[in-house]
Amino acid sequence: MDISLETAARITSFIAALVLITSFAMLAQKRIYGLIHLFAWQGLFLALNTAVVGYIADKHHLFISSLLTLGLKVFLLPYILYVLIKRLNIRKDVETIVNMPTTMLIGIGLVIFSYHLTAPVRELSTLMTRSTLTIALATVMIGLLMMITRRNAVTQIIGFLAMENGLFFTATSATYGMPLVVELGVALDVLIAAFIFGIFFFHISTTFDSLDVGQMARLKEDEMNE
Amino acid sequence: MNNSDMLLILLGLPVASAVVLAFVGDRKFAPEINISGSAATFIAGIALAIEVYMHGPMLAGGKFFFVDAFNIYLAVLTSFVSVTTALFSRRYMRREREHGRVGQVGMRFYHAMFQLFIFAMLLCLLTNNVGILWISMELATLTTVLLVSLYRTPTAIEAAWKYFILCGVGIAQALFGTVLLYFAAEKVLGEGGDALLWTNLSRVSGQLEPTILSLAFVFLMVGYGTKVGLVPLHNWLPDAHSEGPTPISAVLSGLLLNIALYALVRCKVLVDGSTQTHYAGDIMMVFGILSILVAAFSILRQKDIKRMFSYSSIEHMGIATFAFGLGGPIATFGALLHMLMHSLTKSAIFFTAGHASQMHRTQEMDKIRGLFKGKPLVGWGLMLGVMALAGLPPFGIFTSEFLILTATIQEAPLWTPFLLLGLAVAFAALFRAVQPMVSGDVPDYQKPLKVAHLPVILHMTIVLIIGLYIPDFLNQWFKTAVELLK
Repeated sequence: MDISLETAARITSFIAALVLITSFAMLAQKRIYGLIHLFAWQGLFLALNTAVVGYIADKHHLFISSLLTLGLKVFLLPYILYVLIKRLNIRKDVETIVNMPTTMLIGIGLVIFSYHLTAPVRELSTLMTRSTLTIALATVMIGLLMMITRRNAVTQIIGFLAMENGLFFTATSATYGMPLVVELGVALDVLIAAFIFGIFFFHISTTFDSLDVGQMARLKEDEMNE
Repeated sequence: MNNSDMLLILLGLPVASAVVLAFVGDRKFAPEINISGSAATFIAGIALAIEVYMHGPMLAGGKFFFVDAFNIYLAVLTSFVSVTTALFSRRYMRREREHGRVGQVGMRFYHAMFQLFIFAMLLCLLTNNVGILWISMELATLTTVLLVSLYRTPTAIEAAWKYFILCGVGIAQALFGTVLLYFAAEKVLGEGGDALLWTNLSRVSGQLEPTILSLAFVFLMVGYGTKVGLVPLHNWLPDAHSEGPTPISAVLSGLLLNIALYALVRCKVLVDGSTQTHYAGDIMMVFGILSILVAAFSILRQKDIKRMFSYSSIEHMGIATFAFGLGGPIATFGALLHMLMHSLTKSAIFFTAGHASQMHRTQEMDKIRGLFKGKPLVGWGLMLGVMALAGLPPFGIFTSEFLILTATIQEAPLWTPFLLLGLAVAFAALFRAVQPMVSGDVPDYQKPLKVAHLPVILHMTIVLIIGLYIPDFLNQWFKTAVELLK
């Protein structure tokens, strides 16, 4: 192998940094198409990272995961979202519950939190990708944050998918990927979920006239009482 | 016939039924196909159970499947409740169709997804791979999301969306936990699929790194705990269970919660083996007791009949989680029995609640009156069901709650008052709500209708029999499972 481990670790760290940047960019993005582009970019970096790790660590099943990520998260899912937004005439800007600067600050807090949480794992790991584990968990957390702070069903879904990206990234950096059968199963679940939220968007927009989930507040306990 | 074939038949039958039902669609005989498909699955389940009873735990399909005393009784239970639910749903869904709440497409979808849901749950139970366990759990969620929104009312869509998002987030945490588990296992077992097999993991659990497994358990607890409906992760449950069609409420409350708890307990065994402390158990006890208390007080405030019984499901899953957390032979035996009894009782109650709300065309408890006079089977079914659910003897839940309470008093006396408070409040709240519904005169808007007798009678009879006497095979399975979960 002509790449030393140190160089390899540097390359994966660089790609991990790019993934984290896309995460934060998604938090700050105000336009829905921009959000989808960023999501596709994140998928691309992930696929690239997986392929690099697969090549250096000589794990061939990672190439399959990488191709799967490329197909699913860079092309298919963004395409589905694109079409849905066009068809349903969804509002093109992102509505937030918490304002952007605060969200960004919480995001930074989450990264520090992830750093501490993954400390025991990093100490025990001997893999060259161990330093990227923090970023992987941070991506999961930021995805979660995005789901909580957005009001639109489409942005919630993008948050959900970003979180799934983070989980995939975690598997790659902690263990050089899960066994192939599990990776394939997870991809299948994501695909089914994609069809389900597609159907959902239609139902929600025909029933509520918009995809603002803030309108969905009929099932509150208080209202049930009085 | 060898073991692998038996398992493939058991798992293949619901998939085949789903395909057939997808093609049959809304034809007249679709419910009958649904029933026969479930019945065939049930027979295959019984055959497998006899095999396990005679020859002990088995591995099959190249170690991909694993059947032991713990999962076989849940598999039989799952296939059994799927038969009775299919029986119940035949008339029920036909009537919903007449009322115009579901269309042609809806019915096709309903039947096919029902079978796929059964498949996902059986796969979850029988797989030996912790990764596949996660995948099939997610699949079980995905198959039911659109069933919850089957009526397409705003509230149903809202409930389904909540279910989809919250369970998606929850289950994502469980995947993170699974990755950490694999990370720890890989060091001992080497790379590849073998490191995720539960049988291998439990063999070497003493060598797994305790810090990693403790961290993993937090994520697994949050993830699978969301699906069990434990407080404070329970927000989706009352909505999803009350807005969907009643047969789906019955299987969600009766079966899916059990499956999620099963996954959690399997993971707990590994964590216990690694840490050699009561760490995982303590976490489960806190979540359990919190669920019991919050759910018991929430039952008091409910106006919707299905919603009230959903909260009661949270309470009962809390009891089982608490008991598994407490550990020890008596509490674990009680928890296993409790899962079985709650599942049968709760689905029976949902059947009668479904009938009651169809007779009155509403789920509001204020409007449901005079069931004893109007339709004795529904009235008595509801009354006896609630008696069983509240833990009155001679029903089976009394036995399991008694065991759990005894174990608590012996081993963790400080928790006893909380447990008792929860049980007492739930008891009072349920009776306060049910009493006016069953007694009194028949209101003029109550419409008499033909009901499915068999499912309710079957479930309640089993609950009664087990309350009086636990059959030998069940006793032996539970004892083996207790050994296994030590």
